[in-house]
Amino acid sequence: MTGSLTLPGPFPAPVPMAGDPMAAQFGGLQRLLPASGAVPVDLRAHLERYGALPRPDGPGRIIAEVEAAGLTGRGGAAFPTYRKLAAAANGDQAPVVAGNGAEGEPASSKDRSLLWISPHLVLDGLQVVAQATGSRSAVLYVPRRPQLHQRLGQAIAERAAVGLDAARAELREAPDRFLAGQESALAGRLAGRPALPSYRPVRGLPRTGPGRPVLVQNVETLAHLALIARYGAGWFRTAGTADEPGSMLATLHLADGQRSVVEVPIGIPLAGLLGLGGQLPVPPGRAGGGGDGLITSTAGPVQAVLVGGYHGAWLPAAQAARLPLASAALRPLGAAVGAGVVAALPADRCGLAETARVARYLALESAGQCGPCFNGLPRMAAALGHLAGPTPDPRARADLDRWAGLVTGRGACHHPDGSVRFIGSALRVFAAEAGLHERGRCSGTNPQPFLPLPDGPPLDDTDWS
Amino acid sequence: MGKQLRVDPTACAGHGLCAELAPELVGLDEWGYPIMPDRPVPRPLERTARRAVTDCPALALALTRVP
Amino acid sequence: MSGITQTTASWYASRATGVVALVLLTAVVILGMLVNRQGRLPGLPRFAVTGLHRNVSLLSVVFLAIHVLTAIVDPYVTIGVAATVIPFTSPYRPFWLGLGALSLDLIAALIVTSLARALMSRRAWRSIHWLAYAAWPLAVGHSTGSSADMQSGVLLGVLIGCVLAACAAAAWRLSRAAREIPRARRAAATLTQMTPAGPRPASPGIVPADRLMTAQEAGR
Repeated sequence: MTGSLTLPGPFPAPVPMAGDPMAAQFGGLQRLLPASGAVPVDLRAHLERYGALPRPDGPGRIIAEVEAAGLTGRGGAAFPTYRKLAAAANGDQAPVVAGNGAEGEPASSKDRSLLWISPHLVLDGLQVVAQATGSRSAVLYVPRRPQLHQRLGQAIAERAAVGLDAARAELREAPDRFLAGQESALAGRLAGRPALPSYRPVRGLPRTGPGRPVLVQNVETLAHLALIARYGAGWFRTAGTADEPGSMLATLHLADGQRSVVEVPIGIPLAGLLGLGGQLPVPPGRAGGGGDGLITSTAGPVQAVLVGGYHGAWLPAAQAARLPLASAALRPLGAAVGAGVVAALPADRCGLAETARVARYLALESAGQCGPCFNGLPRMAAALGHLAGPTPDPRARADLDRWAGLVTGRGACHHPDGSVRFIGSALRVFAAEAGLHERGRCSGTNPQPFLPLPDGPPLDDTDWS
Repeated sequence: MGKQLRVDPTACAGHGLCAELAPELVGLDEWGYPIMPDRPVPRPLERTARRAVTDCPALALALTRVP
Repeated sequence: MSGITQTTASWYASRATGVVALVLLTAVVILGMLVNRQGRLPGLPRFAVTGLHRNVSLLSVVFLAIHVLTAIVDPYVTIGVAATVIPFTSPYRPFWLGLGALSLDLIAALIVTSLARALMSRRAWRSIHWLAYAAWPLAVGHSTGSSADMQSGVLLGVLIGCVLAACAAAAWRLSRAAREIPRARRAAATLTQMTPAGPRPASPGIVPADRLMTAQEAGR
């Protein structure tokens, strides 16, 4: 639902997840997240709010409903969900159904927030998929956090106590790696191997071994499925756009450092989401984000907006202020909604330095399996480091372009492609900054890192297990 | 209807035999890894492609039918 | 000269082809180690190593076949067909011939799987191919004891030469394997290489933003 929008809110006092600096806030829509604050919803409250999951009429029925609803995957790839369900239902073997909550993207916390607050929606969704595909085997793949495990274990036990689930969900741990949530890496992990992407020349469901397909759905997708099963496709489509219906969870990073998870209709203007306002005059001698200038926001001046996370793309602030959070509008500019990360880079940071930090992280998160990736990404990260530094190498730009071409499409997964997209967008949007650096200057005045990154690169092969 | 030469990048160790045996089809990037042809293998080169597939020490190549 | 003594023609042929087969098998094993670790023979293109490995193994199989057949056919010693494949069942020197039979069985597995390579998974093929590292020492053992030929003189020199060459190749292969960077550290190793020494931390890790610092600090 586009149109003039005020900032979502006022928000109830956020209750941070144990040990997690991210807080869930509510506003815009309240489908997946409850109105009562970030308090985890137990089974009784869940059933009170949403009602029981209806008895399935037959697998074909729910798949048709999902097709009518136009639900697409909320893990980043936005693949039409009904097609995956249909492929699994029509396959030669009942799949293992896996809810993917690994959320390897450091800038995203929507999945673990959802799991913490509304686990029963996710678990309902897992049942819907299991029933639709004739599966008796359900797995919930979640990050390695003891409190989250405990909470989810309780939720699963609550349901088992009343015999709610035909296929009882099993909890499995994802390693703390960027690629741990990649589909074939997940399948590998379920098979007892390290969570490494594998080469899949044939399209279709990944397999844990010969003859055991895995149907992977992001946990947010499962939550939407749980609601579509209750309220139908028509209801689902009352939010969002015609091409991209429904609501989504977005992780917001405001320019003052505030971070939150919100549920919004797809197509909500970015300006509303980030509180972006009017254009600021660019001070002399300073690079304005992308040459279009700085934009005010309720959280301070913004030079650029990152959409889609670390495999997403930068947009100049002035451009972003005119765009909705919808892939149809973002794609012509090289961006996409992805897994819903939206970050507003404050004016006092150096965009190249931020990008270089993240590029280094992305390079170190390479699985180390494919030559073009583990050769190209570190070199690109190093070259970006040079560009971000005080004495940039004049060859760095040409090297980056050449390596981008060599690396794209030549890995077993999309890690190199996504990283190249991210880096490429930075070189476009921060071109003025690069020019400043060549002349030995930088417009960044704040050395504090802005984009979040975890500590510790992988040290040995067991880090992937 | 033709055959596509594909490489499994996780198996490929950059031996480079394929590029030596079939230079009209396979190039090498600056790190020694093969660059596969975009188009299907032309008929006259099918035999060379097949040899590259058999000779790859990492068994990383495959010649697959494209619809 | 000491060495192969005068006896029936087929016994002579068996012993001669046995020596040649051993030398060829040694070459095959050495070439195999070169293929795996991307070693090259100076002056030859890369595919020469794989090509030689394959061709020499075919040649060695031919000599091996003649070696086995002439041994069966020969009237001088009784070695039945069964004894060439079922280890330790030969009436003549059962232990030493048994080693040869074992080796032959393993080599047969290698041949069959290599011909049917397209039909099996890469991992399965590779695990069976590792049996080569068992087949060769068995062949060496068989050669030392089946007849007195390789226990003295020139042929002893040949035997020792084969063993030394194979050991040298194995040492080279193991040293290459020891220096190989584990998969999880490959990107980190390249990154460290690419990042110049200086005010950057030595260990790969997240470089704090103040390290990627701006010309501001360096002075405009």
